[in-house]
Amino acid sequence: MSDDTRSGLLDRPIKIINVGLEGFAKELADRGVPVVQIQWSPPAGGDPKLADLLSKLGL
Amino acid sequence: MASLRETIDEANDEALRRMLVADPVLIDVIPAGEAMPALGDRTILHAGPPIGWERMCGPMRGAIAGIAVFEGWAPDLKIAATMASEGMFEFQPNHHYDAVGPMTGMTTLTQPVMVVENRAFGNRAYCTINEGLGKVMRFGGNDEEVRARLRWLRDTLAPALGQTLRASGGIELKNIIARGLTMGDEMHQRNVACSGLFLRAIAPHLARTGLAHEDLAQILAFIAGNDQFFLNVAMVMGKAIMDPVRDIEASTVVTAMSRNGTDFGIRVSGTGDRWFTAPVEMPEGLYFPGFTEADANPDMGDSTIVETVGLGGFAMAAAPAVAGFVGAGAASEAANFTRAMGEITLTDNPEWTIPALDYAGVPTGIDIRLVVETGIAPTINTGIAHKEPGVGQVGAGVVKAPMDCFRQALIAFAGEMGVAA
Repeated sequence: MSDDTRSGLLDRPIKIINVGLEGFAKELADRGVPVVQIQWSPPAGGDPKLADLLSKLGL
Repeated sequence: MASLRETIDEANDEALRRMLVADPVLIDVIPAGEAMPALGDRTILHAGPPIGWERMCGPMRGAIAGIAVFEGWAPDLKIAATMASEGMFEFQPNHHYDAVGPMTGMTTLTQPVMVVENRAFGNRAYCTINEGLGKVMRFGGNDEEVRARLRWLRDTLAPALGQTLRASGGIELKNIIARGLTMGDEMHQRNVACSGLFLRAIAPHLARTGLAHEDLAQILAFIAGNDQFFLNVAMVMGKAIMDPVRDIEASTVVTAMSRNGTDFGIRVSGTGDRWFTAPVEMPEGLYFPGFTEADANPDMGDSTIVETVGLGGFAMAAAPAVAGFVGAGAASEAANFTRAMGEITLTDNPEWTIPALDYAGVPTGIDIRLVVETGIAPTINTGIAHKEPGVGQVGAGVVKAPMDCFRQALIAFAGEMGVAA
């Protein structure tokens, strides 16, 4: 990405996709910024033992 | 040699095959003692995983006292409760007797049970007849009005319905469900269409039983006046579908979800009949006039067998009216519930489709791995009982299955497969 492209990014309406924590999306939405929220969380809620079991059990 | 993943995939394919080829037919109504020869005198079957009197919630205790008086085991409710606390009744889960029961789920010797035969496998399942809404025993109601209705069900409705079903050759249930889904039912909190379709199917046979006109009129009025009459039929159908899915080695498919008002329990095919339990959660919903969340009892009933086969909360998209009734948001949000359940299930049911989702099948085959991985808990549509004995239903809502049941099940399943973290 060139410097020219970066500098022009905020000159136009921003299209935002927020992945994970909904708080960020809500902050933007509360300010009238269009945002699409994608629900995502770490596998097994971030529990490493369960995530390890899942990977061994075929996921 | 097959990898562990392939072994699990094959086991789950067999579990799904058994679910999808099931052929549940409602064939009879008979006394519980006749249907379940192992059911003993002074034995009370209840909803959910095993529980003793000391840990039972208010409505469950109320129903226990009421059913003991109904069966003639105690002269009044107070003495019945004392007898229960002194260990004079045996408590067992419905699920241990091939049965299910809504809310408190009381099943005893003389109560009539509907019999569903799964003709693909030959197994049978049982459930009592729906009593209607409001002050009823499944919600903990137990006074003379409640018991009188149970006597009428036992002495008038049940013999007639049994005779009707035998004469009809049985009512095939999968077709009724398929049509009900296109008519706005999800078979847990909305059974308006299926209750009507069921009545339409049995009415000619019922009319030919030779019943006295007044009895016939009362039976027709009772079924027609109870939008939830079909709930118990859907439940016993679900039990008949899921029982042949039990005990498939290496399968991660959930075969039962159930609650006793204190604990939520699940069973998984690959871990046999072991229960994995966690404290039940409180439904979020809407309350009847005069009641609030402060009156509510936590989640209760075997009716989650409906979600286990892909209906109820899993089929919310078919019943947008339910989303409003249970306080789950706008009708347009109903589809999101069904899509979310698609994240934790292995397939869609091609015979049970939802018009609003371009005829996608209902999400089928809950996989404990997917529940734990995604953190998405099964969504359940449910009635809400008053927390005190003897009051009855106070609302309806949505509740989540506790994640801890699925975490425990996953760890136990891994142990069965010789896998350690």
